[in-house]
Amino acid sequence: MAQLHSRDFEKPIEAAERELEELRAELEEDGSLGSADTSDDLKRLEEKVRKLKEHIFSTLTPWQVTLIARHPKRPYSLDHIGNVFEDFVELHGDRLYGDDPAIVGGLATLDGTPVVVIGQQKGRTTKERVYRNYGMPHPEGYRKALRLMEMAERFNRPVVTLIDTPGAAPDIEAEERGQSEAIARNLLVMSRLKVPIVSVVIGEGGSGGALAIGVADRVMLFEFSTYSVISPEGCAAILWKDGAKADTAAKALKIGAKDLLGLGIVDSIIDEPLGGAHRDAKAASINLKTAILKSLSELKGLSVDKLLEGRYEKFRSIGVFKEDSA
Amino acid sequence: MVWFKKGILAKKSEEKTVKVPRGLWVKCNNCAEIIYKKEVERNLDVCPKCSYHFRISAKRRIDIIIDEGSFKEHDETLSPKDALEFKDIKKYKDRIKTTQAKLKANDAMICGEGSIEGARVMIAAFEFAFMGGSMGSVVGEKITRSIERAIEAGVPVIVVSSSGGARMQEGILSLMQMAKTSAALAKLREKGLPYISVLTDPTTGGVTASFAMLGDVIMAEPRALIGFAGPRVIAETIRQKLPEGFQRAEYLLEHGMVDMIVNRKEMKSTLARLISHLLG
Repeated sequence: MAQLHSRDFEKPIEAAERELEELRAELEEDGSLGSADTSDDLKRLEEKVRKLKEHIFSTLTPWQVTLIARHPKRPYSLDHIGNVFEDFVELHGDRLYGDDPAIVGGLATLDGTPVVVIGQQKGRTTKERVYRNYGMPHPEGYRKALRLMEMAERFNRPVVTLIDTPGAAPDIEAEERGQSEAIARNLLVMSRLKVPIVSVVIGEGGSGGALAIGVADRVMLFEFSTYSVISPEGCAAILWKDGAKADTAAKALKIGAKDLLGLGIVDSIIDEPLGGAHRDAKAASINLKTAILKSLSELKGLSVDKLLEGRYEKFRSIGVFKEDSA
Repeated sequence: MVWFKKGILAKKSEEKTVKVPRGLWVKCNNCAEIIYKKEVERNLDVCPKCSYHFRISAKRRIDIIIDEGSFKEHDETLSPKDALEFKDIKKYKDRIKTTQAKLKANDAMICGEGSIEGARVMIAAFEFAFMGGSMGSVVGEKITRSIERAIEAGVPVIVVSSSGGARMQEGILSLMQMAKTSAALAKLREKGLPYISVLTDPTTGGVTASFAMLGDVIMAEPRALIGFAGPRVIAETIRQKLPEGFQRAEYLLEHGMVDMIVNRKEMKSTLARLISHLLG
């Protein structure tokens, strides 16, 4: 499994980037940075890094994409919120049980337009990972999200949700407090919420735990994100009886951006900077902002009836089956 | 979220379906009593000694709940399609074929309309024996159409769940059935029509986390396993033994997640009473 989870495929890029940094430092030291005869070396190396990134990231397997989607340096919800929105005011708690740090949300403006933004939040340090429960929400997290969405409806604010979770928390407390009910209620209420909803999978779209904030008018995902009914490891353990077959399961489940677009699950794919969002979070956020603004402007003029009918039809039409026309 | 029924529970259900129809005698899964098969059948597949509720087929469920001769099946030709060209150790296509042949059923659900003590309803019942009652496109479509027909006809909807959750072989398409069915229920609510969710052993994963927990009234059969995550997944996550009775119907009642636990013998009359209260 250790081998399976390694991101060794990124190593050549990292090595070339190091080489480039060293050369730059060297040139800077002896004062020849920018001179004609050294800039050729520099350019060659820069080109090498670019080509490596291009090659490696255009040939990633679905499992490798999964590992990028889970990259510990990948920008998380709060990173994007900070880059994309202005004046974010975080609001806490579900008013019923507690505040779930695995889901953050609050009021913000987007290019001056007031919105409600909600996102699943992972942690970066060990301590923070535990605090955020690895981005796996409990019922109070989903109920906080619901409270904020209903507030958005009252104040006529569009809702933006950022999806990034391995799945809803599978533990005793979650069951006790009604994990299923919390997810189900969000699906029900979101399907009729009278304001535009835009959802973006920014990393992992893990099953019902992801969908619970993903019933939207526009669903988009980042190029190296995934959206799946079950984790590749979980699927492999059940169907192949071998968790190490995760790479095979990842392929079979069709969890990557192009497949999801082809299946009509997402409306569009948001480009990532060359080499993945973790190499340039700011650039990724700029693309995210552009995509959200575009979606919101498309939805802006719609009447509530049109909006809701469109949302209903969007999910109503998903499914593939045979039927005799008798 | 997982159609996890590959382990203990799946084996148990195979034992049941094999032993019940073939032998003259059956052994109760709960009290281990050897009982005359006819006697169990007469008792609606409930153990006469300990009241254990055996898992039953969708057809049998409908026979028990719906007035004799009033049932009319809908969408019986809906059949799964392998959109992902999914293959694990077996091709999904082949799994479908062998299961269909064995069970003489197209997928894991029967839906249609009928009456309960004279009151017209739309009903959809899961076939757990069909790939663990897993929800793919066919199940999602049948439930959604049942709800839409109920809106059209102005009648209540009853869904009897028995499912391991979403069908992995249909990947993300099966996940989206959760949103599709819940959205249809939201419309039913706006029309003021009742939806009664009946949870039977076992109801887990994406089925629980969508329409199964959205009933105006939610009832469960005694001792039914009901939860979001399967008990094995939880035990592995927390590396602890699960408490006695965890995720059983009684536990859910205690935690405020279901309205009532109803013995199979009282299921029909209870449904009739609820409908008359809500629509009368």
